[in-house]
Amino acid sequence: MTKVKVKGRGGVTSRWGGFFFVLPSIIAVGIFVYGMIAWTLNISLTNKNSSAVHNPKYVGFVNYTSLLHDARFTHALGNLAKFTVVFIFGTLISGFIMALLLEKGIAGEGLFRSIYLYPMAISFIAMGTVWNWLMNSTHDKGAGGLNLILLKLHLGFLQNDWYISQKGSMYAMALPAIWQMSGYVLALFLAGFRAIPDDMREAARVDGASEAKIYRYVLFPQLSPTFLTVLIILGHISMKVFDLIIGISGKSYVTDVLAVYMWQVTFDFTNYAKGAAIAMVILFMVAIVVIPYLRYVNKSEEYR
Amino acid sequence: MRKSSVRLAAALAAVALVVTGCSSSTKTSSTAADKQLEIFTWWASGGEKAGLDAMTSVFTTANPNTKFINASVAGGAGVNAKAVLASRLEANNPPDSFQAHAGMELDGYVKSGKLEDLTSLYASEGWDKVFPADLLKTLTVGGKIYSVPVNIHRANVLWWNPATATKAGITTAPTTLDEFFADLAKFKAIGIPGIALAGKGDWAIAQLMDYLLLATMGADKYEGLFKGTTSWTGPEVAAALVNFQKALSFGNKDAGNLDWPDAGKLITSGKAGFFIMGDWASAQWQSDGLKLGTDYTWAAAPGTTNIYQWLSDSFTLPIGAKDRNAALAWLKVCGSKAGQDAFNPKKGSISVRTDSDLTLYDSYLQAAAAQWKTDRLVGSTVHGVNGNNALMAAFDAAAGKYLSGGAKDNAGLAKDLAAAYVAGQA
Repeated sequence: MTKVKVKGRGGVTSRWGGFFFVLPSIIAVGIFVYGMIAWTLNISLTNKNSSAVHNPKYVGFVNYTSLLHDARFTHALGNLAKFTVVFIFGTLISGFIMALLLEKGIAGEGLFRSIYLYPMAISFIAMGTVWNWLMNSTHDKGAGGLNLILLKLHLGFLQNDWYISQKGSMYAMALPAIWQMSGYVLALFLAGFRAIPDDMREAARVDGASEAKIYRYVLFPQLSPTFLTVLIILGHISMKVFDLIIGISGKSYVTDVLAVYMWQVTFDFTNYAKGAAIAMVILFMVAIVVIPYLRYVNKSEEYR
Repeated sequence: MRKSSVRLAAALAAVALVVTGCSSSTKTSSTAADKQLEIFTWWASGGEKAGLDAMTSVFTTANPNTKFINASVAGGAGVNAKAVLASRLEANNPPDSFQAHAGMELDGYVKSGKLEDLTSLYASEGWDKVFPADLLKTLTVGGKIYSVPVNIHRANVLWWNPATATKAGITTAPTTLDEFFADLAKFKAIGIPGIALAGKGDWAIAQLMDYLLLATMGADKYEGLFKGTTSWTGPEVAAALVNFQKALSFGNKDAGNLDWPDAGKLITSGKAGFFIMGDWASAQWQSDGLKLGTDYTWAAAPGTTNIYQWLSDSFTLPIGAKDRNAALAWLKVCGSKAGQDAFNPKKGSISVRTDSDLTLYDSYLQAAAAQWKTDRLVGSTVHGVNGNNALMAAFDAAAGKYLSGGAKDNAGLAKDLAAAYVAGQA
């Protein structure tokens, strides 16, 4: 989010000229983002609960309050919470550790960086199909995928039902997501490390700090903006997760999350009002995460 | 400068040509036969596509001046197609005809006044005489019929691999549930799952449950479930769910990972015993190069030998269709003997009509067509005959929840099913 200051003498670089330059995007965003949000909000407040309703009336927040009593919704919300926690921590930790290892400047760093980033290039749907095979839940005889690998490693006791068990489904679902996103987190943290001037480390060394202490007291504190960025990015990806789930298990109850449930309610049950209400809930959850961050970023940019 | 103005003039002229071209074509299309027909279907690959193409050529031969446009959207069981279709109908921009399961799945569209009544077409084409009476009764909503079925699939079919059965010492097909469970145990004894299960996306498990509800309580009580005369929390359902639980206990442990073609491979490759699946499985296996009778064989699912649990794909006429005449011509082909006998042998389903030319069909379909005429006809819940979309989705989810919970909570499942029924009444 860099700000470009437009200065000049008349012509298109004047204040109005700048305005006209951004006008198309203002209009597009106004219609296709904020207009659509307003429209969704509007539908969510009506009783358009089936395609048979011709003249929907406003019914206030009924669609929202009824969600609280909808066992399927709370199930999906609980699933999403589990997924989010495991996904964010898993990706943060693995990405950070990888960044730490690469940060020392090992040989072939570029190669490793690309290898870890490649999973990002795969679409969630393609990845979902492959991970569905990998996370086959057959044990022992006839095992495949991860369970087979565990068997061959003589770690048979670690074999797992993966995503088809009610208790563990969302933790297993987080695995492919972690696999895919940790390379990205690695890249962000690596950039964070590289942004720290070398003279700081040298100054600390001159002062007699040990290598561990340099990390603990000099480098890590400077990474906190990166850390926050990563957290926000992962958080909003997690709350909107849809294609990964569809790719792996389809519309199965066991791995239901809000976005999948929203799709089903809207298009399978044609309950547009309820679907819109779920969409607004997702938007609200993402907003809680993202808006404070945007404010923080804007402020620190102004500082500069 | 001059050059660019010349270019501009040329461009304007071109646009003008296009515009006038368009307007003249709209003028002619309003007379007599329509210039085009846009249908919406999710038959986009394999035998379904081949069948559709065959039926389309029947249409284009009869209507050579009408351009056939297939606005099909590929995707699993019409998931995406349904979403696109729903938004087009909502925007009052319908295709000229669209595909939907016959029965209550159309309920929402009927209630919202999106479909034209086709009853008169049934009389003028004589379909009221050649379609079975049980079927017509199910298709009729408030005295009117809103769709034209093109095919009939059977959901309650038992499939197995003869070689595996011989190995397990099974010589005849089970006809009752008791024999069925005894045979499942025999498969278990030779070290393979007795029944192949497909749990991905929940519907195939729900279909097994749907069949066991029917097999346990019989056709009348089963139909009562959807009329409110049989209780979902009563002893009949409880007994059926015990059977469901028992069947699941003989299944493959990775059920949740598999879609139905994967589960089907378990039995054709001898890794599982029985498979309860609709007869589209046969078409799939034949396209995989397997032979009916040697690589796999079939029987009516145990406990339902004289009951035909059917589902049907049908075409409709949306109100406000732009090419209504072409759409009517298409629907006539859909219901005709020529159209159905072109479509069904390729799709792997039977004709709705009782006068179809059976020599065109394989031995399974011939036997199925014979039973279609004599059996008691009962609809399939999972495929939209007995309940609307809301009921179907909740029915599937209830089965998926039960399976993922380790198939323990029978009382909870009955409660969820009762709630699914209620959800479908809204």
